[in-house]
Amino acid sequence: MNAMPADTFTTVRSEDALVRFSQVKKSYDGIHYVVKDLNLDVAKGEFLTMLGPSGSGKTTTLMMLGGFERPTLGQILLNGNPVERLPPERRNIGFVFQNYALFPHMTVAENVAFPLRYRGIRGAAAGAKVARALGRVGLEAMGDRRPAQLSGGQQQRVALARALVFEPSLVLMDEPLGALDKQLRERMQIEIKHLQTSLGITMVYVTHDQSEALTMSDRIAVFHDGRIQQLADPKTLYNAPENRFVAGFIGENNTMPCTFVGREAGLAVVRMADGATLRAADTLLSGGKAELSLSVRPENIGLASGQPNGPGNLFSGQVTDMFFLGDHMRLSVAAFGGQTVTARIPVGQVRGIAVGGTVHLACSPADCRLLED
Amino acid sequence: MSVTETVDIERIRTFVAVRRAARPARRAALSLALPLVGFLIVAFIAPILYLLVTAVDNPETRSILPRTLTALESWDGVSTPDEPVFAALAADLKLAKEDSTASQAGKRLNYEIPGMRSKVLAASRMAAGLEAGPYREKFLDQSEIWAAPETWSVIRRNGAGLTPYYLLTAVDLQQSPSGGIEGVAPDQAIFLPILGRTLLVAGIVTGLTLILGYPVAYVLTIAPRTIAAVMMLMVLLPLWTSLLVRTTAWVVLLQSDGVINAVLMALHLTTEKVQLIFTRFGTVTAMTHIQLPFTILPIYSVMRSIQPTQLRAARSLGAGPTSAFWRIYAPQTLPGVVAGCLMTFILSLGYYITPALVGGPQDQMVSNFISVYINRDLNWGLAAALGVVLLLVTLAIYGLFLRLVGADKIKLG
Repeated sequence: MNAMPADTFTTVRSEDALVRFSQVKKSYDGIHYVVKDLNLDVAKGEFLTMLGPSGSGKTTTLMMLGGFERPTLGQILLNGNPVERLPPERRNIGFVFQNYALFPHMTVAENVAFPLRYRGIRGAAAGAKVARALGRVGLEAMGDRRPAQLSGGQQQRVALARALVFEPSLVLMDEPLGALDKQLRERMQIEIKHLQTSLGITMVYVTHDQSEALTMSDRIAVFHDGRIQQLADPKTLYNAPENRFVAGFIGENNTMPCTFVGREAGLAVVRMADGATLRAADTLLSGGKAELSLSVRPENIGLASGQPNGPGNLFSGQVTDMFFLGDHMRLSVAAFGGQTVTARIPVGQVRGIAVGGTVHLACSPADCRLLED
Repeated sequence: MSVTETVDIERIRTFVAVRRAARPARRAALSLALPLVGFLIVAFIAPILYLLVTAVDNPETRSILPRTLTALESWDGVSTPDEPVFAALAADLKLAKEDSTASQAGKRLNYEIPGMRSKVLAASRMAAGLEAGPYREKFLDQSEIWAAPETWSVIRRNGAGLTPYYLLTAVDLQQSPSGGIEGVAPDQAIFLPILGRTLLVAGIVTGLTLILGYPVAYVLTIAPRTIAAVMMLMVLLPLWTSLLVRTTAWVVLLQSDGVINAVLMALHLTTEKVQLIFTRFGTVTAMTHIQLPFTILPIYSVMRSIQPTQLRAARSLGAGPTSAFWRIYAPQTLPGVVAGCLMTFILSLGYYITPALVGGPQDQMVSNFISVYINRDLNWGLAAALGVVLLLVTLAIYGLFLRLVGADKIKLG
């Protein structure tokens, strides 16, 4: 079932929408739908990330927008015009592929000049545009090299320059940083974000890396099972996941079953599996379900002694594992009758705690969220 | 200075140490390759060297007529030689008759002087019956060929251990009596046209396998796995069948009362039987069929390594399907195309069984003539010379491809 009614997604006013997916469905075999009833607007100048595990439908959605797949049902509007039947070469969309897809038999400059020849730009005009595009990604000296002579990061930049050189209003990226090492990936994330803001391009970015999505995006659409589970800005997505999938997929989360008991002083009261009662933020619960999940992030759980914010949720459990992770310790605690709760405790506070011992933990009700499904 | 020297010595020491450390691995690799190296030396390099030697080797006259050659040293080269030369010839032929080697000498001289074989045999029989001279009159009485200075100059020339005769003949050249090199009479020039025909047939076959094979290789790369597996089997199946069986199958199909003619007649497309076998058409068809896998497989292996996103990227950048194919896909398949074509062309140059069974007299290739000279005429020198010419042409074509596209662009694996 869809987590939210369809109209929640059309928060962008239609006159600002560059791209609009309207009830788009995609099936390869006529039985199973890879994309189920997709409604999504992308605003002009926005950096929108489609985030999800593999097989969630995010790449298929991107390919439909790029023109490489045709929707089985529904409509895709680009600048208000339906484009489902338009071949990719007539959409004027920049596309950066996962493996860069640079043309190995051409030099870097020829690669970047490639889209220009189809737009009637040749000679000196093309040369100037290529030089500017390469300059933008810091590769002005590499024009004569072959792609194979470049490092992964440089190839990535060439692909970027090639997708930007013809000044498309929309650029699509399919996990473009997946093959790079962590440091380079983080640097490229920032560079891509800068390029996008400074050029005012609309970008639709596909990734399965949630930290990448959080770093770069204006809005994130979390895909799972062919549907958008939640569409929100990174902060909202992180702090207020709307369902268990989003809570589990974005960052780390302790998600535990609980039963709704009632409301008290603006907070919801729930009973855990072992009978303990906890209080949680009273978020948009439909109220129809009594069986809920309580979700709380490991960094929001502290030691009970050091809990500063007045009356919180207090609970205790047995330490089953402890890991040193530099700036913090990671504790696995068996609580609420066998549930494993993970907590991140600053290293300085961890004294007298050992594996097998009992630990008293606390978390603020405001950090505890209730999820219906 | 001394600082630089120390550094250099240090570097040399490091280099030596690195080499020494790698020695066991190098030895292991070498010992693994040793059986194959040995096999190649025995079965490939040695026969080729033997072939090269046979093409210029000239032992017959030297070993059978040694006295004659010594006596000819004082001959002026323009008149009929004097008695001592004939006496020496009689002594040589007498011995040759006893050793039954006269026919070898006769055969060798016969290549350059038509009819010489029987003359030498007759002279050796005569010499065997002669007790004493003078010999000159008796030889001249028996045949006027012994009076001709050309005969003697050919004999003298063949006193050399090596001869250019076979190689020159293989490219339709000959040595004039004066020692210069000239073309043979146009009606005797047969080997260059045969070489040209061989190159032409190999070229046509290569072109046809490329035209037919390229799309197949492409479909193989994009077809669903199961269909691709069946297609691959159909490509490989001919490779696993004996060449002779496939050629014979084409004989069955192409012959006058064969399957193709029967079908054509049944469909009333023709009222008379079409001559298919023993024609250039038949040869090219059968060879194309046999060579197809050799062209397809290298192209397929290169096509598989091309990322499918390449075409998508080209499309997204504005290229239509045709333009994307020719600008992005086709150039990247070039290494496979060159490798496949090179393989088929070189293999086609050496075709023997198929032209022999399916082709007509005008379709026989260099290899067929090599076979004829080895098996029927026992003229191994000329067979070896034709082999050398074929080898040189093959190497030249390989070199040409290397120059044109570069060694790194040919992907034979």
